[in-house]
Amino acid sequence: MTEEKTHHPEPSYLVNTGKHKGLMSWLTSTDHKRIGLMYMYAMMVFFIVGVLLGEIMRLELFRPGQQFYGPQVYNGLFTLHGIIMIFTVVIPGLAAVFGNFSMPIMIGAKDVAFPRLNLFSFYLYILGAAIALTSQFLGNGPPDTGWTFYAPYSIQTHTNVVAAVFGAFVLGFSSILTGLNFIVTMHRMRAPGMTFFKMPLFPWSLYATAWIQVLATPIVGITLLMVIAERWLRIGFFDPALGGDPVLYQHLFWIYSHPAVYIMILPAMGVITEIIPTFSQRRVFGYRAIAISSLAIALVGYFVWAHHMYTSGMSPTARWIFSLLTFLVAVPSAIKVFNWVTTMYKGSIDLKPPFLFALGFIFLFMIGGMTGLTLGALATNIHVHDTAYVVAHFHYIVFGGVGFAFFAAIHYWYPKMYGRMYNFKRANWAFGFLFIGFNLLYFPQFVIGIMGMPRRYYDYLPQYTLGMQLSFFGGILLLIGIILMLTNLFSKKGGKAPDNPWGGRTWEWTIPSPPPLENFDVMPEMGENETPYDYK
Amino acid sequence: MEHRDDIGAKLGMWVFIFTEILLFGGLFLVYAVMRGNYSADFHSAAHHLNAFIGTINTLVLLISSATVAMSITAVQKGHNRFAVLLLFLTLICAAVFMVNKYFEWGHKFSIGLYPGSDLMLTMNHGQVMFFSLYFFMTGLHMFHLVVGGIILTIAMVKVNNGSINSTRYVLLENGGLYWHLVDLIWIFLFPLLYLIT
Repeated sequence: MTEEKTHHPEPSYLVNTGKHKGLMSWLTSTDHKRIGLMYMYAMMVFFIVGVLLGEIMRLELFRPGQQFYGPQVYNGLFTLHGIIMIFTVVIPGLAAVFGNFSMPIMIGAKDVAFPRLNLFSFYLYILGAAIALTSQFLGNGPPDTGWTFYAPYSIQTHTNVVAAVFGAFVLGFSSILTGLNFIVTMHRMRAPGMTFFKMPLFPWSLYATAWIQVLATPIVGITLLMVIAERWLRIGFFDPALGGDPVLYQHLFWIYSHPAVYIMILPAMGVITEIIPTFSQRRVFGYRAIAISSLAIALVGYFVWAHHMYTSGMSPTARWIFSLLTFLVAVPSAIKVFNWVTTMYKGSIDLKPPFLFALGFIFLFMIGGMTGLTLGALATNIHVHDTAYVVAHFHYIVFGGVGFAFFAAIHYWYPKMYGRMYNFKRANWAFGFLFIGFNLLYFPQFVIGIMGMPRRYYDYLPQYTLGMQLSFFGGILLLIGIILMLTNLFSKKGGKAPDNPWGGRTWEWTIPSPPPLENFDVMPEMGENETPYDYK
Repeated sequence: MEHRDDIGAKLGMWVFIFTEILLFGGLFLVYAVMRGNYSADFHSAAHHLNAFIGTINTLVLLISSATVAMSITAVQKGHNRFAVLLLFLTLICAAVFMVNKYFEWGHKFSIGLYPGSDLMLTMNHGQVMFFSLYFFMTGLHMFHLVVGGIILTIAMVKVNNGSINSTRYVLLENGGLYWHLVDLIWIFLFPLLYLIT
């Protein structure tokens, strides 16, 4: 019977079998793999737009004084850059793309629990992004509040805040439905024999992520609705002139937006946890510790939000507690780093591009994490709050961490997605440019931040010129790296990919590349003594 | 080919209910903070709400929750016609609730009491906040009531034509769960807005 299967294989998910052809067959598809790819294409477009906006900002900052445009344009640029990058790229990020593509296969399912809801989430995502982008063109000009929409300025500014806020609300709804779908999928659709503690660790990280999506996003949803109500109806929730409380806005905003950082980073950690055992050909070290640390991050990460607000006015006791919790949440993250490094120890390491990106992730994530602790400490925070130091810190986490994990994940699952390889040499070059460019771009921001350069200023004092210019050149290198990487991935010149190019042990490597529509010919089962990472 | 997982569908509804509770949770938090800031104003403003209509509406919603629960039992036992009747009663209750709310809101609007009105601008910050929260919270609750009503209407049609029956009724169960959520939120809104005076 198996012989017959190889002679007449099921058509791959990339081949249209439904009643629609071409683009429509994608837009109406409820297949989790296609939806994952559609998220990826959309996200790449947004990412490139966001990158270009960032480069335009760096251009203005090349020299002190006004170069090309004034403060209002700059404010609009960093707001749009933030909204695009945060809400449409890194928050859905790895969960929407690789969670959709790989997770059902990794747990031995044909699809997610609610395939149509999954497609609906995708459309909500597109709708929300479109609404957020229209804020640029309609109304009284682009929003200039920053992506945080801090009250009372977001209430008072005449720019088109409502559209941006409503777009973020719709994107949040999309995120909630994806999380809901994944929770049910992982509870109900794991293969026979695969208990929770035999599930691969990328799905584990998605499970923790999904709970944050479900439990934190509604808070920002209602908060954004209150901002809209306040702007339209003059209800004074947050504007002190109307009796409201702006610090209350900050609390409500960060109750979501800090956990949102873990929505971004947890799936990234999950991907790294898949890549490192594969390219070390070694069983992952501390499986349970990694699985539980994902949940611990999700849980503790829910209660650290006010460390964004040390300078906003809070009781010393509250600041003390939030600082302590912030330090605690670093523990499970560090557990993961130790486990990754220990997994490599005595492994037979194969330095292929996905592994290279994963190593880059660990390096950058550690810098981002450590600098996060200096921000989480009360005394140092007062000094560097709202400076370029903060900008450098969160770019190390969000771009150096999530971004590099995203690149690692593309290079890891690309052969499975398209049944094609890419050029390793060019991928390595792209990594070199990205890694050096990234550090050159953001590391000087730490330095000038400590020196006192505030964030979100279009102009600066002469002593920051060197740092700003280094950043500019870093930005150029980074851009070259991105172009190199994308042209390499989409050149279609690589040869045909085998089913298991890396020698991986999770189930996506047991099926053809690209996978057939229903993933498995024979539904897999996990034996009594099997684990997801049985390397020799 | 057909994949059916009723437990999964119910699990999904429960997770969705968690998000709804947290959605309102944000508003309850704002209510708590504002009540702390302006307790005297909240106290005086709450006297303007009609506790009698509020009580009627609470009773109506409690009855509707009972009828929807009974309709599920009726479907499980194969009494589809009775289930349709019970669902119809549920929807009647929803309509009564909405009519009451219409009169309540209408009265407030007629005396010029609505967000952004001139009257509101003359009141204390805390009173404005109370009425704003009142309109915002009950408004959002009404939106959920309408959504729940639509789900139950669909369920009623499906019970009537037999596509919901004693072997498959997860849509009705989920609709019922959602309806209980709508009820539950009101159970908290009612004392917070009407009774604490």
